[in-house]
Amino acid sequence: MTDGPVPRPTPETLPFWEGTAAGELRIQRCTPCDEFYFYPRPFCPKCLSSDVAWEKVSGNATLASYNINYRPGPAFSSQDPLVIALVELDEGPRMMTNIVGVPAEPEALPLGMRLTVGFQPRGDQFLPVFSPAEGA
Amino acid sequence: MTTSMHGGNIAIVGASETERVGVLPDVSMIHLHTDAARRALADAGIDIREVDGVATAGPNVIELADQLGIRPRWVDGTMIGGCSFMALVRHASAAIAAGAANVVLITHGESGRSRVGVPGYAPAPTSIAGQFEHPYGALAPYSSFTTPVLAFMKERGFTREDLAEVVVAQRQWAIPNERAQRRAQIDVEGVLNAPPIAYPFTRDMCCVVTDGGGALVVTSAERARDLPSAGRAVYVLGSGEGTGSVIVSQMDDLDSFGPFRNGSREAFETAGVAHADIDHLMFYDAFAHLPLYMLEDTGFVGKGESAAFIKEGHTRPGGKLPMNTQGGGLSYTHSGMYGMFAIQEAVRQLRGEAVVQVPDVRLSFVQGVGFMFGAGGSLILSNQPA
Repeated sequence: MTDGPVPRPTPETLPFWEGTAAGELRIQRCTPCDEFYFYPRPFCPKCLSSDVAWEKVSGNATLASYNINYRPGPAFSSQDPLVIALVELDEGPRMMTNIVGVPAEPEALPLGMRLTVGFQPRGDQFLPVFSPAEGA
Repeated sequence: MTTSMHGGNIAIVGASETERVGVLPDVSMIHLHTDAARRALADAGIDIREVDGVATAGPNVIELADQLGIRPRWVDGTMIGGCSFMALVRHASAAIAAGAANVVLITHGESGRSRVGVPGYAPAPTSIAGQFEHPYGALAPYSSFTTPVLAFMKERGFTREDLAEVVVAQRQWAIPNERAQRRAQIDVEGVLNAPPIAYPFTRDMCCVVTDGGGALVVTSAERARDLPSAGRAVYVLGSGEGTGSVIVSQMDDLDSFGPFRNGSREAFETAGVAHADIDHLMFYDAFAHLPLYMLEDTGFVGKGESAAFIKEGHTRPGGKLPMNTQGGGLSYTHSGMYGMFAIQEAVRQLRGEAVVQVPDVRLSFVQGVGFMFGAGGSLILSNQPA
């Protein structure tokens, strides 16, 4: 799965995409709240402080929910089923992703499964995707 | 006039869908709006020259007013997805109560199936969804709106059979309704064996995709009394609205939606009625999970009780809380922004004019949803002023 819609960074999200290109998952953390948040924005959505910083996170996550999309549609050249997942990062935030490296079957996708991040080229960007952690 | 927007001071005096709903390749989107608008005005028995307020969720409210030859003094182009129309009824009620408008026309029209006269839809790759959801294949509603559902089911111990039961219950209302899109009898096994769309959803757990529209004429209860339609007025007793996250992955909770909880609470508080008073439900059902979330979040059943409530038949014909009585988005029609059709059916039931009429409906509760789990709108409507 290397084709499909290509994300285009904005000034506020660029560090996220610079991170994925460097093979790192970078998420923002609010200094006063001491909490990570997602999606990127130039202030904390809880306290509105601009005192926020980009940090490399572990890339470890848990499978919270998903669907198996049997009709990816014309934006994708491959019509193989796509696992569209919601994962919870160990640092707190939840994000959407694809689960790769496992069959697109419910039996292979138990909720709560431990995952680890990887990066797939997509156009001129790199998408964070997740696969089962070693030993999971 | 200045009065309360709730409590029956404002009335829906005209309501109509387009003459036809279904597959309409011969009508462009804007004229689904204008067809419904002219029919709703005729239904109200009100002259279009009396309309001084116009509202729609798209296309441009300027074009809508202009096509109809209206030069309004109040407009509202609120666009919060399929529940925009619940919000627009609420906004129109506030405007009329405050004296900012006298007669408001609210329209919907969507060539959702045939795509005639529809502006191109190209999601911006710079948008939040364009960066953080679309690249993963969560483009069509069936692939995004469904992502939290396995977590919801796991939390409650629900199964795919429970999703299928929603489809079967609603189909019972559609079978006698000749305007409904899906009318074949179906059982749980049949729903589960339908073509897979996005696991755990099969085709029949997803709404139909159609062309159609609807319109409402809203004015003061005082003005309603002098109209030919006076005996058929439907009153706005209470309402609520709210928004959540712009992308589904950032829902505050995967198994509950704040705008359903908060909007419905405000609707009940402003209406001054209790859940036990409600005779009829319209729950926006683009997908089979929504009536389950809504039954629980709006407080008609407790957490984890929605699937059994559906399975026991309480929402079917003859049940104690009839729901989605024209077949809903799953079986009747779904143009894209279905909320207008939910309100239309509530009005028909309250007027005693529904195809499958529920006996003695006095109070109807309507819950909408928009932009996946992005927004909600709630209405409590009655055929009596208070």
